[in-house]
Amino acid sequence: MTVRKNQAQLTAAEKRSFVNAVLELKRTGRYDTFVTTHNAFIMSDTDDGDRVGHRSPSFLPWHRRYLLEFERALQAVDPTVALPYWDWTVDRTPRASLWAPDFLGGTGRARDGQVMDGPFARSANRWTVSVRVDGRDFLRRALGAGGRQLPTRVEVDAVLAMETYDMPPWNSASDGFRNHLEGWRGANLHNRVHVWVGGQMGTGVSPNDPVFWLHHAFIDKLWADWQARHPRSAYLPAAGTPNVVDLNDTMRPWNDVTPADMLDHTRHYTYDTAA
Amino acid sequence: MSTITRRRALGAAASAAVGIAAGRALTAPDRAEAATARPDAAAPETFDEIYLGRRIQGGPQGGGHHGGGHHGGHGGDYAVRVDGEELHVMRNADGTWISVINHYEPLATPRAVARAAVRELQGAPLVPLTLV
Repeated sequence: MTVRKNQAQLTAAEKRSFVNAVLELKRTGRYDTFVTTHNAFIMSDTDDGDRVGHRSPSFLPWHRRYLLEFERALQAVDPTVALPYWDWTVDRTPRASLWAPDFLGGTGRARDGQVMDGPFARSANRWTVSVRVDGRDFLRRALGAGGRQLPTRVEVDAVLAMETYDMPPWNSASDGFRNHLEGWRGANLHNRVHVWVGGQMGTGVSPNDPVFWLHHAFIDKLWADWQARHPRSAYLPAAGTPNVVDLNDTMRPWNDVTPADMLDHTRHYTYDTAA
Repeated sequence: MSTITRRRALGAAASAAVGIAAGRALTAPDRAEAATARPDAAAPETFDEIYLGRRIQGGPQGGGHHGGGHHGGHGGDYAVRVDGEELHVMRNADGTWISVINHYEPLATPRAVARAAVRELQGAPLVPLTLV
């Protein structure tokens, strides 16, 4: 069984295995198909039209399945690899070991935002940004630029306390747990982390930065934590909602998985801590 | 095809111009523009200006010049261009705007989104992107 661990607890060997598997997916072209898929959904999910991957109730089950696909691809390269998660309420500065050269590398240089160290620096020639929205082919970051702050544990706990999964109009204007976790409303958790990292992480092609997976693995864990705190709260909406993925509707692009199928993560993996 | 030619021509000119303005671009984010938009705002204004050395334009789309690119992906009726190349933008339910360059940070107006994109691009040309 796959165990997803806090990235801060990984051994040097586990970090190396993860990085090497990611680089191998990049080399074969498989990695970039994930970037393309994410961007297609982020550009087409709209508040008043069909919405599946973002700004909708299926934000959480969609990303759970998306991460599962990526994790399975990693495991096809190296069966010992699991997705780590980044608890950005704890490891909240650019000095965290996450950003060291033996793992993801650090922030970008001032001149052009280019990441200059670590395995994903352009100069190492193993990480060319191919699926892109502008002319730059190097990984960029601006960690905490402009004095931005990552969400705090207090802010996370306030969102985890919300009992209702999601509410009409089931989009970026909704009240409830999902939209507060996604960040379009309230203290802003998930969206703010994308902005804090900067570079490609702030764009529609955010999976170009491998930290995307560690960020979303933690968002996924917060969903599991929320379920443990609210065992009587269900995924909503249940049925018959235009433009929105109801509990038993299938989700694009896979068309063989429903939110109901994704509610229990323990069928696929567990976390290193009790919820 | 003409899009690529135009992009190359304008992109080269813009890169030269932005070198001068880059320092300012990094240190002067338009904080005021991040203010929350009023709900149910009327259709946003049309604009056409040079910002940090690059031409940004916004307005209702549908003119003969529209190439039918990726904009159709979300069914919007408003288009933003940077040096003639379309910047994919989206309006949120509360009236705020985002673009594919700043997708997780809503701003009050399409002009604020275009300006944020110019700062983020640091002189790089936009690349036409198609939904796969």
